[in-house]
Amino acid sequence: MTSDDRPLFPLTRRQALEAGAALAILGRAGPAMARDVPVAGTAPPESGAPAMTVRLTVNGVAEDLTLDTRTTLLDALREHIGLTGSKKGCDHGQCGACTVLLNGRRINSCLTLAVMHDGDSITTIEGLAKGDALHPMQAAFIHRDGFQCGYCTPGQICSAVGMLAEQAAGWPSLVTENLTTRPGLTDVEIRERMSGNICRCSAYPNIVAAIRDASRETL
Amino acid sequence: MKPFTYERPESAADAVRAVATKPGAKFIAGGTNLLDLMKLEVETPTHLVDVNRLPLGEVADTSDGGLRIGALVRNSDLAAHPRVRRDYGVLSRALLAGASGQLRNKATTAGNLLQRTRCYYFYDVTKPCNKRDPGSGCSAIGGFNRIHAILGGSDDCIATHPSDMAVAMRALDARVETIRPDGSAETVPLAEFYRLPGSTPSEENALRPGQMIVAVTLPPPPAGVQIYRKVRDRASYAFALVSVAAIVQTVGGRMRSARLAFGGVAPQPWRVPAAEAVLDGAPAGTPAFGAAADAALQGGRGCGHNDFKLPLLKRTLTAVLATATRTT
Repeated sequence: MTSDDRPLFPLTRRQALEAGAALAILGRAGPAMARDVPVAGTAPPESGAPAMTVRLTVNGVAEDLTLDTRTTLLDALREHIGLTGSKKGCDHGQCGACTVLLNGRRINSCLTLAVMHDGDSITTIEGLAKGDALHPMQAAFIHRDGFQCGYCTPGQICSAVGMLAEQAAGWPSLVTENLTTRPGLTDVEIRERMSGNICRCSAYPNIVAAIRDASRETL
Repeated sequence: MKPFTYERPESAADAVRAVATKPGAKFIAGGTNLLDLMKLEVETPTHLVDVNRLPLGEVADTSDGGLRIGALVRNSDLAAHPRVRRDYGVLSRALLAGASGQLRNKATTAGNLLQRTRCYYFYDVTKPCNKRDPGSGCSAIGGFNRIHAILGGSDDCIATHPSDMAVAMRALDARVETIRPDGSAETVPLAEFYRLPGSTPSEENALRPGQMIVAVTLPPPPAGVQIYRKVRDRASYAFALVSVAAIVQTVGGRMRSARLAFGGVAPQPWRVPAAEAVLDGAPAGTPAFGAAADAALQGGRGCGHNDFKLPLLKRTLTAVLATATRTT
């Protein structure tokens, strides 16, 4: 084989998939962040439609925005701030792909309005890693291969981080046997507590394994 | 979504005044159901009054040993509250059986009571629906009605109320505290809060325009075993096909003061005093359980796809009562 026959980027399929997965884990869309690119919804509010200003603190950064009142928190993050890690799956609170942490608690960002969150702190998938050091949950998802296409992954990870905090606070779940004792974190508990996050690739066994691993590291 | 203006009042008095005086205005709290419906233009408010920062987020003991739950207490906080877990287990279980972790972190006590039916025709603005568009007809009767009511429906509407929380609260004899636009207070027992559809399915509850729920109160915890059992198409994160909230005391093998409420089967959390009377003093066992189920299902009828709910309700209640009387 001459040098001319070599592929320009000699990546195996596996390496390419891993690279793609890493972007999902970090919440990065690719080299061009949405902030640099005009996207739908970044224009000033539709003429005549009511608009308001709102200050959100997103991953520790204050963001002052003027938004059409109809803008969901998810659209504010994706289309106005340029953080496209949080995904729009169903846009109706059924899939969990848009899950972010609002003042530390997991919520569906598609089912709340940005204007309702003036002064609130939001953590998205982009805000979990500390510099180059992945959050333990991100690292666990990679280690356990807790995804296939990666679309639900940012929501899964944010949800899992919020879920572990709930469990650590002693919140019961539907499968907790005794409501008055501290719940453990069995696989059945993880599955019940994560039921608001759907994975169409059905990577559930590895997602559960990743969360189990991360729970041992963070608790 | 249709355009709307938005305000966030500082006091409950300002909030009720705003909704009462502005045509097309609605309260928004958790928003998990309202925004879903607004995206589909099933709901088209022209003004939203955000009540989230009103001081209605506390759970407090009442002087009689009961509990007062603020309208804005999130479903997750209520389910995890130590007193609810200890004394009102049926309520904690019902809350945990509903929605997902993310939704429970947003959804409020009052919003849960006021959520709308998940009837697919109510959600589909291209189809007739008497609840959404009075007088247009009911698409579920004669249509796909697998999730619909077998009790309490009418010729105009067979939609069910989707809440789990409200079913437990119905068994617990909860009361709904409200304020009216003029600032006066009104408390309505949950038993009288919801309206049956009759010929006006768009009128769902006792609230008048601008009237706002401020709290739900529970009487002191009742004696007995508390159980919430929900039957659905998947193990988690789905609405009830049938659910049963039961509070049953068993003394010397005989049942006493049983309270039963049913979800997924009627336009409101369903309770039948005659079914509870059947159990009072009866020996725990299949004959009494079956008789109670038959009493609960009095007047019940399926519309085709939902016929299975009649035997399913009977079996679910029988199983719940067997468990409740075995564990005492």
